[in-house]
Amino acid sequence: MQEHIQLNQKEINDIALSSVLETPKWWLPAVLISFGFIVTGLAAFFYMVYHGLGVTGLNRPVFWGFFIVNFVFWIGISHAGIMISAILRLTQAEWRRPITRAAEVLTVFSLMAALHTPLFHVGRPWRTYWVFPYDFSRGVWPNVRSPFVWDPSAVGTYLIASTLFVIICLLPDLAIIRDRTTGLRSKIYGILCLGWRGTPRQWKMQTIVGILLSALVLPVFVSVHSIVSWDFAVIAGVEGWHSTIFAPYFIIGAIHSGVSAVATFMVVMMWIWKGNDRILRPDHLDAIGRLLIIVATTWFLFLFLEIAFALFTLERPEIALRELQFFKWPFSGLFILFLLTSYFIPVPMWMFKNVRRSLPLMFISTILVNIGMWLERFLIIIPSLARKTPFAFDWGSYTPSIVEILIVTETFAFVIFGLLMFSKFFPLIPLFDIKEGMVFRDEIKIGRRTVPASIRE
Amino acid sequence: MKRSIIGLFLDENLAADALDDLRKAGYTMDEYEVLTGLPYPEGTFGEDEPKHKLYRWPLFGAVCGFIMGFMITAGTQVAYPLVTGGKPVLGVPPMAIIMYEGTMLGAIIFTIIGVVFESRLPRIFMGAYDTRITEGYIGVTVTTSEDKIEEAEKILNKIGAEDIKRGWE
Repeated sequence: MQEHIQLNQKEINDIALSSVLETPKWWLPAVLISFGFIVTGLAAFFYMVYHGLGVTGLNRPVFWGFFIVNFVFWIGISHAGIMISAILRLTQAEWRRPITRAAEVLTVFSLMAALHTPLFHVGRPWRTYWVFPYDFSRGVWPNVRSPFVWDPSAVGTYLIASTLFVIICLLPDLAIIRDRTTGLRSKIYGILCLGWRGTPRQWKMQTIVGILLSALVLPVFVSVHSIVSWDFAVIAGVEGWHSTIFAPYFIIGAIHSGVSAVATFMVVMMWIWKGNDRILRPDHLDAIGRLLIIVATTWFLFLFLEIAFALFTLERPEIALRELQFFKWPFSGLFILFLLTSYFIPVPMWMFKNVRRSLPLMFISTILVNIGMWLERFLIIIPSLARKTPFAFDWGSYTPSIVEILIVTETFAFVIFGLLMFSKFFPLIPLFDIKEGMVFRDEIKIGRRTVPASIRE
Repeated sequence: MKRSIIGLFLDENLAADALDDLRKAGYTMDEYEVLTGLPYPEGTFGEDEPKHKLYRWPLFGAVCGFIMGFMITAGTQVAYPLVTGGKPVLGVPPMAIIMYEGTMLGAIIFTIIGVVFESRLPRIFMGAYDTRITEGYIGVTVTTSEDKIEEAEKILNKIGAEDIKRGWE
């Protein structure tokens, strides 16, 4: 049952634009703190550039550490936007309306965070341009057979597509800000909205583009995490990575962490921006909670299959790897923590309606999921490498250095900073979408009950 | 130069009546327009359905993107062949990945260009416009020659416009 508050267009403008037209007291300190973490992370990065990768915990045989774990994690979070926005838009789910913009913006900043993580990892970031086929005078072209060339093409496509999606859907809302501001600010928003007036033609294009881009971005969304999974899966020599199930397993894992991140962000939006709780209602959290139960359980099936298929062959290296993952400290402890946080604590919690409608409990449970999903990537990448292989002349485990921890923290600060800056200049709630929902919403009487109904074209 | 006028309505039915009367008075669909703050279903105000060719844009973009993807993958491998025993220089599976991304990127970029073009944006001169439209008012604009603007104003007044403003196109 949807519990909505009927608002008129002016009230919706007032609520959704409060983050743009007013500056809450906490905003500047939050921006400065996150910016401080970014600066610290960048300082650590330049220290690493100067001294080399030796200042990290990376060493034979673990050459992929925190940076790659973090890269996969942020790519996963980036799947939030398209899952929520595109799939729910295509299926005309009414509850999507207040959360699509936040989900799409989270996608854009997560992708940016993901993209600059490999930049830290490569050791010589000034040569990153080698993956792009442009250096005609050099005569050396990128090897398109390498997954490390597929990655930038897929993630780059996804970033461009998501950014354009956000921008084009912002046009009507920018016109609202233009109309509610004066002077230079109004002129700037007037230019940004390209002179939007709200003609039937413009609205028709806006409606079609939402559906069309959703349909076009969905295949990209599927391809991105598949390609990221192939960074691992096409490597034949590492047990635990060389698996055909990796592409769908990574995609569903990404959806699990991404949708959880959107739920976390929804709770934060309801807490910190006054009035947002009149548009974002507990029934929105309830709906996303129910969706999460399905997503989490599907993901858990894939996790089970990944382990079951690996052990089914009874190959000695595979069994040795799983022993390391499940029974040897510290991986065993991390594995238990991963299972508890990503599934066994949150999913039973979401079974209860009171939990799904509770802001603090939804915040805690969805944060737990993302702690678990970060650990999942860690447990896929590190134990697979930190194992003695037949021809290894030396081997060892991996302990992240302070440089890596600071750089990884920078990516989290970057996403928070990006969201805060976006919220200051653009509305995080899609105004026209909310207005459309309000106008087309009505109440109908069935027997002795009055229930909400929506008109659909 | 053409003159432009806008009448503001709070009621959808009145805005629809205004359009009916304008049509009866001989104004063509190029001369009048409805401005709203949200996407109403097509034909709410009795306006004509806008014709567009948006669906062609992603197809054209996809073809361009596919060709670009093919040129990048095949071209670079032929220009700098990495000969591996028993394997073709042009590896189709990895090429397909980049060509696929190129196709999708082309389709998406051209969709965006198409939307902007088909929405008739960017629009430099706003003509007759009122900021109250984004607060729930429905604007009926008439952009016509100077001698016909008086009659349009009379029609909008007669229907019961809350406010009427003039502008230049």
